[in-house]
Amino acid sequence: MIYLNCAATSFRRPDSVGRAVLAAMGSCGSYGRGSGGGDLDAARMVFSAREKLADFLGFSHPERVCFTSGATQSLNTAIMGMPRVHGRVIATDWDHNATLRPLARLADEQGARVDFVPAGPDGALDLDVLETLLGEPADFIVCTHASNVTGMVADVAHVVSLGHAHGVPVVLDAAQTAGSMPLSMEGLGVDVLCVTGHKALMGPTGTGAILVSPHIEPAPLIEGGSGVRSAERRQPSVWPEHLEAGTLNMHGIAGLAAALDWLDDVGVAEIHAYESALLDRFLAGVSRIEGAEPYGTFDGAHCGIVSLNLRGWESSALADELAARYGIATRAGLHCAPRMHAALGTLERGCVRFSFNRFTGTDDIDAALAALSELAGA
Amino acid sequence: MAAVRETCLVVTFASTHDAMAAERSLLEQGVAGRIIPTPVAISSECGLAWKSPVAAREALLAALATLAHDAVVEMEL
Repeated sequence: MIYLNCAATSFRRPDSVGRAVLAAMGSCGSYGRGSGGGDLDAARMVFSAREKLADFLGFSHPERVCFTSGATQSLNTAIMGMPRVHGRVIATDWDHNATLRPLARLADEQGARVDFVPAGPDGALDLDVLETLLGEPADFIVCTHASNVTGMVADVAHVVSLGHAHGVPVVLDAAQTAGSMPLSMEGLGVDVLCVTGHKALMGPTGTGAILVSPHIEPAPLIEGGSGVRSAERRQPSVWPEHLEAGTLNMHGIAGLAAALDWLDDVGVAEIHAYESALLDRFLAGVSRIEGAEPYGTFDGAHCGIVSLNLRGWESSALADELAARYGIATRAGLHCAPRMHAALGTLERGCVRFSFNRFTGTDDIDAALAALSELAGA
Repeated sequence: MAAVRETCLVVTFASTHDAMAAERSLLEQGVAGRIIPTPVAISSECGLAWKSPVAAREALLAALATLAHDAVVEMEL
């Protein structure tokens, strides 16, 4: 099987990740819930993982790195919990349903107004519109770092610059970029960063984090056991427990920590260069296939994602044929990003996404191109 | 058999994170002591505390100068 659906999950992971999960299952008790051997081991491991993730993502406040089940929980936490004064949020057409649906909930249940920075038919965000939208007060901007449909990377520094000039903080969804390209939260000036552990960060599913700058105090999404201030009626305001109600996924976090060690060893810049080379190889091949229509532009910053349609094929049929006949896993449909597909003109038919990571080989790329060439002529 | 009690220094913290950061630093600096469950007699925010012998007071207080913590309590445990 050739797995070209890495934007969904990394699928293949460093061997050390599985070993770390298994070791944790045999050694970790519960973080913050006891001082005996296993529980202290868990506390030390989580503490270390928190520091590693903060360091990896360019954030100098590890105590404000809160582990979650993934980017979806992180984004729900941010969107539902960010301080609200104006009842207005600015989002983008690139956003995934992990952002769009909590925003819709915010609108439906609390009357919030949500305005969107539009994407054009070429997939590019029109940041001039953001400047216009910022003419009215907003509570925060939520922005996707890289589109999970086109792989295009947003000019986040510009978004932050515009937002901060109007006193509006920025929540960044880095589900597709954390681990696939160099990313510094403080370098970009982002106020809240949401990541998942199981994609380019190479960790297990069920891991993720929300990183919250010290000047932001979101309300917790869920409340419960914390291991601290147990007599208090509501979730304590101390960090990181403020956003970590309930028992943490220690086994997953142990795997994520091992993945971060692997990423440090390989080097995220090297990973980005490797994936960029795969992208170039794939695009060059696609350009020679008659009837292949890739979406988006490829002249700017990009991660290892290409979505396309092939003349004569429905997107779902093409993905099925690639899987059934060639053993190539891709993803058809709308990729949980309906506004992006609306912008690209593919809301009705969807498209097929090919996505790569450090474990994808050039032979995998060539096999996909050969399959597409064959199917284009079929 | 009743536990032998001795006077010691107990350091309390606001969070598990702070307790773990202190443990790592104190051990690195060779300060005698270990993490214990916070004694019920102490009103503390975190379930984990650090216990040192009284003899380590000087080294402990010096090390704590740069570590996030709530209080240092002398008590019999």
